[in-house]
Amino acid sequence: MAMLKLSINGQSREVDVDPETPLLWVLREWLGMTGTKYGCGVAQCGACTVHVDGVATRSCSLPVGSVDASKITTIEGLSPDGMSHPIQVAWLQHEVPQCGYCQSGQIMASAALLAAKPNPTDADIADMVTNICRCGTYQRIKAAIHTAAELTIPAGGKA
Amino acid sequence: MTHVMKLSRRFFLTASAVAGGGLSLGWTAPASAADTAGAELGIWAVIHPDDTVVVRIARSEMGQGTLTGLAQLVADELDADWRFVKAEYVAPEVNLANKRAWGDMSTGGSRGIRASVEYVRKGGAAGRAMLIQAAAAKWAVPATECSTGMSVVTHKPTGRTLRYGEIAAEAAKLPVPDDIKVKTPAEWKLIGRGVKRLDTVDKLNGKLTYAIDVQLPDMLNAAIAQSPVFGGKLKSFDAAKIKSMPGVRFVVPVDDNAVAVVADKWYQAKTALAALPVVWDEGKNGNVDSAQIAAFLKEGLDAKEAALAQEHGDVTAALAGAAKKVESVYGTPFLHHATLEPMNCTAKFADGKVEVWVSSQNGDASLAAAAEAGGVKLADVKVHKHHLGGGFGRRGQQDYVKQAVLIAKQVPGRPIKLIWTREEDMTHGFYRPITQAKMSAGLDAQGNVTALHARLSGQSILAYLMPQRMENGVDMIAFQGWTKEEFGYMAIPNLRIDHAVRNTHVPVGFWRGVNTNQNSIYMECFIDEVAHAAGKDPLEFRRTLMAKNPKHLAVLNAVAERAGWGTPLPKGVYRGIAQNAGFGSYVAAVAEVSVSPKGELTIHRIVAGTDCGYVVNPDQVAAQVEGSFVFGLSALLTSEITIEKGRAVETNFDSYQVMRLASMPKVETVLVPSGGFWGGVGEPTIAVAPPAVLNAIFAATGKRIRTLPLTHHDLSHA
Repeated sequence: MAMLKLSINGQSREVDVDPETPLLWVLREWLGMTGTKYGCGVAQCGACTVHVDGVATRSCSLPVGSVDASKITTIEGLSPDGMSHPIQVAWLQHEVPQCGYCQSGQIMASAALLAAKPNPTDADIADMVTNICRCGTYQRIKAAIHTAAELTIPAGGKA
Repeated sequence: MTHVMKLSRRFFLTASAVAGGGLSLGWTAPASAADTAGAELGIWAVIHPDDTVVVRIARSEMGQGTLTGLAQLVADELDADWRFVKAEYVAPEVNLANKRAWGDMSTGGSRGIRASVEYVRKGGAAGRAMLIQAAAAKWAVPATECSTGMSVVTHKPTGRTLRYGEIAAEAAKLPVPDDIKVKTPAEWKLIGRGVKRLDTVDKLNGKLTYAIDVQLPDMLNAAIAQSPVFGGKLKSFDAAKIKSMPGVRFVVPVDDNAVAVVADKWYQAKTALAALPVVWDEGKNGNVDSAQIAAFLKEGLDAKEAALAQEHGDVTAALAGAAKKVESVYGTPFLHHATLEPMNCTAKFADGKVEVWVSSQNGDASLAAAAEAGGVKLADVKVHKHHLGGGFGRRGQQDYVKQAVLIAKQVPGRPIKLIWTREEDMTHGFYRPITQAKMSAGLDAQGNVTALHARLSGQSILAYLMPQRMENGVDMIAFQGWTKEEFGYMAIPNLRIDHAVRNTHVPVGFWRGVNTNQNSIYMECFIDEVAHAAGKDPLEFRRTLMAKNPKHLAVLNAVAERAGWGTPLPKGVYRGIAQNAGFGSYVAAVAEVSVSPKGELTIHRIVAGTDCGYVVNPDQVAAQVEGSFVFGLSALLTSEITIEKGRAVETNFDSYQVMRLASMPKVETVLVPSGGFWGGVGEPTIAVAPPAVLNAIFAATGKRIRTLPLTHHDLSHA
């Protein structure tokens, strides 16, 4: 065990935990933040995606001790009110979620994509959003990312 | 109409809060008891003074949109303003205590809407009649002079109005009418409208609490290891070896086939369990493998004994006398549901009572399972239903509920959250049954089909899960899509469809689409083969065989027209077509694919059609159709569970591959509701996904793929 100081959603959090523990379980069990989901534990499905210094990262396979100097953003901190990030707005407009379980991860992966590429192509989306959705919402995810890109680009021109 | 202004103002505030979109924040967290703060109009709707209408939902929401669809049905009959409609689950113990007044809670077989539609609509209509009667009494006017709309009762001659919230308390005191008439389709206002789902917003910000997210005071967490060989038993474990590991509290046997570690945190329990020495009694199946199972099924293809689905004419004679005979053997593997939320359940056992928090496709069954495992009376169980992180048929089974209660019983007084690792989940499923099919057809000299024999060989779901539902050795579920009511080629003069039941030791269950999946691949690819053998266009050929099945044909024609069947395509792109019926609906699809010379498949476009009778919410039907293709195409492209040493080989999403966004084709949904019936939506179109693509692959490559997944096949072509 070790006392770690983490920066999560702009707040400083202290946890007494084995540094080898994956970030996912520190979020869910030590900090009670359950928006980030467990799906596979082997970085395959992406349900656990968070941002580490702005980069979409699968937290189930990430030792918490490796990110104590990083800025971590989870689904709970993506937007101040939980619904105003362009990805969230577009997700609602397109009614993307079905069961919704994978959507925290899909949204975090898509938000990171949009930050890196404000006007992504279908190929960019296919490369960067590789999370599993068993309900099969991919078509709407793709459409919603394009909508979010339009919402992000200021009127009158490309970013 | 001052109230409208007032409501609009409040609505405006709500809408602003959801960043320019959501018409309603209409999902209330599951309540253990039904909402009683408002006025109860019968059992289905509660109306609050602020006009909020809470519709009670007995079925489970697992992504398929049933929660919203059922609320639409009730709200339409109630003439409620959709902006104020919310939904809440009926707690299973409340249903039980009220002699199951809310009916069947099971959610499977695409029955959520179609099996509830009559009584929930009557419930809404009864509420509307009560509101009218109460308003009429208040105004001392005849009820016949009153009308309703947008949650307002209006006295037509004077224009006086009462909001539902103003009159609901009075209405609730009236008797609930039982001879109520529901609206005709022409009178529907919400049914058929693509209103927004009630439960989306909390899925966008991590707030929705799935069962796996439950946090309770004093809660401990459990990880479980079950016998790796199906049917094996727990022999022994050495708890002393892990007792000192961080967080570990208890190591307990679970039933006779599993062991669990209970710890402060689940991650600690899982880590300790991985280090626990366990000895298993593998039983007699420790050496069974996929090759043995395939040989066992192959024998059934020519077996004398077989359960009959339907037969007419004389197939044997017609095949013997055919000018041309076509014969092919097909096969599909075991498949796992792989819900993204792994199996989990939280249970508390205290003072002879049991409480569970669960994502379940059947609240009643969860309650019964908890009672049985806890050894308590049904009346001493509480079930907190949570939204499901995927169901697909897997969460109709209650094995994980029983386990949670069995563990909790050994740690009384504290809630225990049991979570299966993905590996436990993948290797302890109720898999889609493995089957093979021998398909035989006879053609006359003009290329007309004179006979068809479909022989299934393989595992029966009913034989495994509910043998009491077998009828004289026949599992009618195995024939889904091929029963007299469902089969689309009834014009074939000599027909036999039968099944040599061959059960393995591998547990099987209802997988989204169930047996329509395998059967549709066998039939639709084979019909394509026969069409080519007859030298006919696959669409024209089907049309001839469907002369007695106009509903099937109408959907087939609709997708063919939308897809432009017969019109030129870009170079290298080819079409395939398939149709089927199941779960009360008629479906068809056209796929457009290309296959590179090296064998790389690209699915460009899918046109998928469904006639589900009436459509409750067109946008949600489209969502189900789109999603069903992902489920069906995963099965086509990459997924399979294989067996070695009596156990599942694939353990996680690295070895059990499912479709990802990069493979997603454009899916265009064609709704052709013919009215007069209520068909299912969540499952039917899965069945046509693989055969439409496989038939397009044949058109592109000349290669006829008869076993799945495609990863076993080389599609390269000159």
